[in-house]
Amino acid sequence: MSEALAIAAPTARKREPGRLWIVPPAALLALLFFYPLALIIRQAFLDDSGVANVAEIIRVLHSRFFVNALINTVTISVTATAGCLIVGLVLALILAFVPFPGSGFIARLIDTFIALPTFLVTLAFTFLYGSAGMLNSGLMEAFSLPLPPVDFLYSTWGVVLAEVTVYTPFILRPLLAAFSLVDRGQIEAASVLGARPFRIVRQIILPAAIPALIAGGSLCLLLTVNEFGIVLFIGAKGVITLPLLIYGKAIQESAYQVACIIAVVNIALSLGLFGLYRFAAGRLGV
Amino acid sequence: MLVWSRSGRLVIWVIFALIFGVLFLAPLAVILLSSLADQWNGVLPNGLTTEHYADVAKGAAWNAVKASLVTGFAASALALVSGTWAALSLRLQGPALKRLLGLLFFIPSAVPSVSVGLGLLVAFSHPPLLLNGTIAIVMIAHFVLISAFTFGNVSAGLARLSPDFEQVASSLGARPAYRLRHVTLPLLAPYLVAAFGLSFALSMGELGATVMVYPPGWVTLPVSIFSLTDRGDIFAGAALTMILVAATLVLLLGLERITKRATGS
Repeated sequence: MSEALAIAAPTARKREPGRLWIVPPAALLALLFFYPLALIIRQAFLDDSGVANVAEIIRVLHSRFFVNALINTVTISVTATAGCLIVGLVLALILAFVPFPGSGFIARLIDTFIALPTFLVTLAFTFLYGSAGMLNSGLMEAFSLPLPPVDFLYSTWGVVLAEVTVYTPFILRPLLAAFSLVDRGQIEAASVLGARPFRIVRQIILPAAIPALIAGGSLCLLLTVNEFGIVLFIGAKGVITLPLLIYGKAIQESAYQVACIIAVVNIALSLGLFGLYRFAAGRLGV
Repeated sequence: MLVWSRSGRLVIWVIFALIFGVLFLAPLAVILLSSLADQWNGVLPNGLTTEHYADVAKGAAWNAVKASLVTGFAASALALVSGTWAALSLRLQGPALKRLLGLLFFIPSAVPSVSVGLGLLVAFSHPPLLLNGTIAIVMIAHFVLISAFTFGNVSAGLARLSPDFEQVASSLGARPAYRLRHVTLPLLAPYLVAAFGLSFALSMGELGATVMVYPPGWVTLPVSIFSLTDRGDIFAGAALTMILVAATLVLLLGLERITKRATGS
C-alpha cells in the first residue's frame, strides 16, 4: 500500500502543471458564452432603463403571446419528433433489411441534409405546396378549381413537415448504426421457421433499435424546440414559437427585458431536453 | 433480407421511393428548378433562364458569399484551436473535473441560437466591451454555436486513438510538446479536418444568431436569402440558396479529398 502511494505520488505531482492548460479555452468559453448567458438572466429582472422590475416577469409569463408561443413550440416539437421517429424507422428498416442497388448512396445523400441550411426545405415547400405552387397549380388545372385546394403550408403543419425532412437524418444515422449490429443469421432463422416480417421487426429488430430511437428522439426534441430558420421562412402570422418571439421582441420591438424573460424560459426548456438526451445517450451507450 | 417475395420487395421499395421522393428529393430538385425558372404559372416553369443567377451576381451576392466564407473560416478556425486545446487538456484532469468540464463545453450546442445572439447583444453593447455593430460579434456568435461540435468531434477522435503511439513516444524520451506536435496531432489530423468541415458547413447555414447581431454591411448568405424571399423575390432567393449549397458541398468534398490524400487511402 505505502509502496503504491510512493510510486503514485510523484506522477500525480508531475501532472499538476498540465492541469492548468484547460484554463485558456475554458476562460474563452466563459467570457463569450457563460457571461452573456448570466447577463440574460440578470436582464430578465431589470427593465430597459436598468431598474429592478419583477412584476414584468409575471405579466409576460401570463401574457397570451407567451403562452401561445410556448404551446406552439411544444406542439410542433413533439409532433415533428414523432414524425421523424416514424419516417426514420421506416426508412432505416428498408435501407438496412430490404436493401436495393444504390441504397448506400441514398443513405449518404440523406445524411448530407445535416449539413444543409434548414430554411432550404421551407423555401422549396413554397414552390411545392404554396398557394401558387406546383401541387396547387396541378390540382387547379386538373379539376378546374377556382381556389388553391391545398392550404397547410402556412400553418403548424407546414412547419412540422419541414422539420420532419430536416431532422429525420438525425434519427436515421444512429438507427442504421444500431441495425448494422443486428445478427442477420437470427433474422434468417426466424424467417425460415415461419415468422412473418412484422413479427421479426417487433421481436428481433425493434428491441435493438430502442436505444437509438430514445437518444435520436430526445436530440430531435431539443433541435426542434430551438429551430428558428424554418419558422421564420414560413412567416405565418399564427405560427410563432419561442425563438421567433425572442427575435421579434428584441430586434423588432427593442423590448430587451421581455426578450430576456422569454429567453430564460426557452433556455431552461432546452437545457432540460439536453439533460434528457445526455442521460438517454449515456445510459444506453449510444 | 427481411422480405423474400419479389412482389413484396417491390411494394416496399415503392414506399421508400415515395417517402424519399416527397421529403428529400423533391425539395432539392425544386430549389434547383426554381433558381432557373423563367416564369412559373403552371405546374412546371414556362422556360429556363440563368437570369436569377446574373441578378444576384450583380446584386449583393458576392458580398454575401464573402461575408459567409470569411465568417465561417474565422469562426471554424478559432473553434478548431479552442476545441482541440480543450479536448487535449481535458485528458490531464481528474475524473470528476473532466466530466463536469466536458459537459460545460457541450452546453453551447443545447442553447437556442437566437438566445446566444441575444446574450451577446446584452453583454457587448456597452463599453468597455463594445462589440455590437462590429463584424467580430458575428464571428463570436458563430464560434460559440459551433464550438461544441468541434470539441465533440475532436474528443471522439481522441477517444478512438490508440494510446500505444503516445506511450512509445514518451518512453523513447519525447518531451510533451514534441510528442504533441509529432505524434498526437498528426494522428488526430483526419478528425481535425472533419471537425473543421462540419463546423464550416454549420456556420454557412447559420441564421438565428446572425439575424440578432449582424451589422449593416456584413450580411451573410442566409440573411440575404431571407431578405430576398421576405421581399417576395423567391426566385432570386432560390438562386442564392443554390450558391450556398454549392459552396458548402464544394468545401466539404474538397476537405474530404485532402483527408483521403493525407491518410494515403
